[in-house]
Amino acid sequence: MSDTMVTSNRSRRKKQLRNLGYWVVVALIILPFLFPLIWMLLSSLKVQADITRVPPVWSFTPTTQHYRAVFAEHDFAHYIFNSGVIALGSTAFSLLLGLPAAYSIARFQQTKFSLGILVARIAPGITFLIPWFMLFSRLRMVDTYTSMILAHMLVGLPFIVWVMTPFFEGIPVELEQAAMIDGASQAGAFFRVLLPLTGPGVITSSILAFVFSWNNFMFGVVLTGARTKTLPVAVFNFMAYSEINWGGLMAAAVIITAPVIVIALIAQKYIIQGLTAGAVKE
Amino acid sequence: MLSRWFDKRIRYLFVMPALIFVVVMMAFPILYTFRLSFTKWSMSATRPPVWIALGNYVSLLFNDPRFWGAVGRTFAFTLVAVAVETVLGVIIALVLNRETRGQNFIKTLFLLPMIATPVAVGMVWLLMFEPSIGVINYLLGALGLPQGLWLASPSQALASLIMVDVWQWTPMITLIVLAGLASLPREPFEAAIVDGASRLQTVFHITLPLIKPTVVAAVILRTIDAFKTYDIIYTMTQGGPGFATETLNIYSFVLGFQYFQMGKASALLMVFFALVLGLAIILNWLKKPLAV
Repeated sequence: MSDTMVTSNRSRRKKQLRNLGYWVVVALIILPFLFPLIWMLLSSLKVQADITRVPPVWSFTPTTQHYRAVFAEHDFAHYIFNSGVIALGSTAFSLLLGLPAAYSIARFQQTKFSLGILVARIAPGITFLIPWFMLFSRLRMVDTYTSMILAHMLVGLPFIVWVMTPFFEGIPVELEQAAMIDGASQAGAFFRVLLPLTGPGVITSSILAFVFSWNNFMFGVVLTGARTKTLPVAVFNFMAYSEINWGGLMAAAVIITAPVIVIALIAQKYIIQGLTAGAVKE
Repeated sequence: MLSRWFDKRIRYLFVMPALIFVVVMMAFPILYTFRLSFTKWSMSATRPPVWIALGNYVSLLFNDPRFWGAVGRTFAFTLVAVAVETVLGVIIALVLNRETRGQNFIKTLFLLPMIATPVAVGMVWLLMFEPSIGVINYLLGALGLPQGLWLASPSQALASLIMVDVWQWTPMITLIVLAGLASLPREPFEAAIVDGASRLQTVFHITLPLIKPTVVAAVILRTIDAFKTYDIIYTMTQGGPGFATETLNIYSFVLGFQYFQMGKASALLMVFFALVLGLAIILNWLKKPLAV
């Protein structure tokens, strides 16, 4: 009896050791992937002299001077507002156009339309930038929220259709037929029966459409001016000032990344599903 | 009555708004760019575009070493980045793959590099790559390894950008492969244990062949996106030093919005668009024999 106890103890310890080994390996793999983000945060809290010190300082008294400067001297509250309006607006309108389109493509197998949407997802954004710039200049729409929302919708809309079409395909036709027998129109069945069922898909695709717009840099560089400048453009312009102010730059980088990271921490399940869509069959 | 009328045409009515949007914002601009690519125009309001037929294409293909340099760098960047990301991503997924309680937390952490704002990511790598004050050279020095000039050196800049891309996107391959691994059947693995196969044998003869379709799909998605990389390159080097990191995306931006050679930029954009589309078609066509 004592014999078996010894072996079971030993095997348990072995298992614990192996578990510990697994977590050590995991930590070693993850550290390089987290380090730049940690470094960004640490540098944003150091005084300028500490940021450029070699060897680097690891323990220091954190300062909020760069954050205060970024808001006081560079009007970052305004850029946050601009980015928010454009990201929310483009996501909302992409959903409005994209959800019915995805449903129609799924239900009536409109493969030609889905091909057009797919090309929009593959085409490099820069291909449209010259004509847009000229069109919006002529309409006096450069540096307006409308032009930026329209531009960002070309990223959001195809993505939403791409994620949502398989979602609608997965819902049995019988459900909407039942609703229609009960007197609902097909459009009514779509809004009252189908949309609620695809909730997770809607969450996934709208979170990512928001993040893509929030992160987008290329369209803003050309289409925004003093009034509608978005955060990524503001951060980039920040660097263009004479000497690089690393502290301010890192504070600005933290400000722009923080909301996205919070979203990722809260909704990781949905985000992974959306980002890996098209590669993994559910 | 109205809802009857609507229901009858629902398949078109539901798709129409999205379709009109895509036509106005995408198809129309592409046709416009196509037309502009046969002209010479500096975006001046008083001097309209001048028709020069294939002039821009001829000058790009036969008289512009910068164009061919950009083509080469775009392919090199894509090829090396995606290859490293695939190998690393699959290995990491195989190591991480375990049913433990912390699995979701690990995945969340892995999500951060790919979702963090690229401009912000570019800025912090700029600080880390800085040859005299950067933490990367400090760490290399502390370990007694040779230090680099990174983005400051024409011969190392492209490789440095590839490093950043690998940092950003290896997690995507890992997450896709992890999802693929989670959906695999158990029987082949149980059979392998019964037959006394070693862990490595199991990986090479059972796991890898089973997840091959997933990996192929991930590689295709990643290849197309890597080919279009813009944010990281533009924020960190703007194509420099010299033209050392100038890819097709960057060169067309410079031609259009810095030199205002709209005709030539349009021709380059058409070539770029055709390359991306061609790449997507070839990859999709390769997918079938590869994925089986």
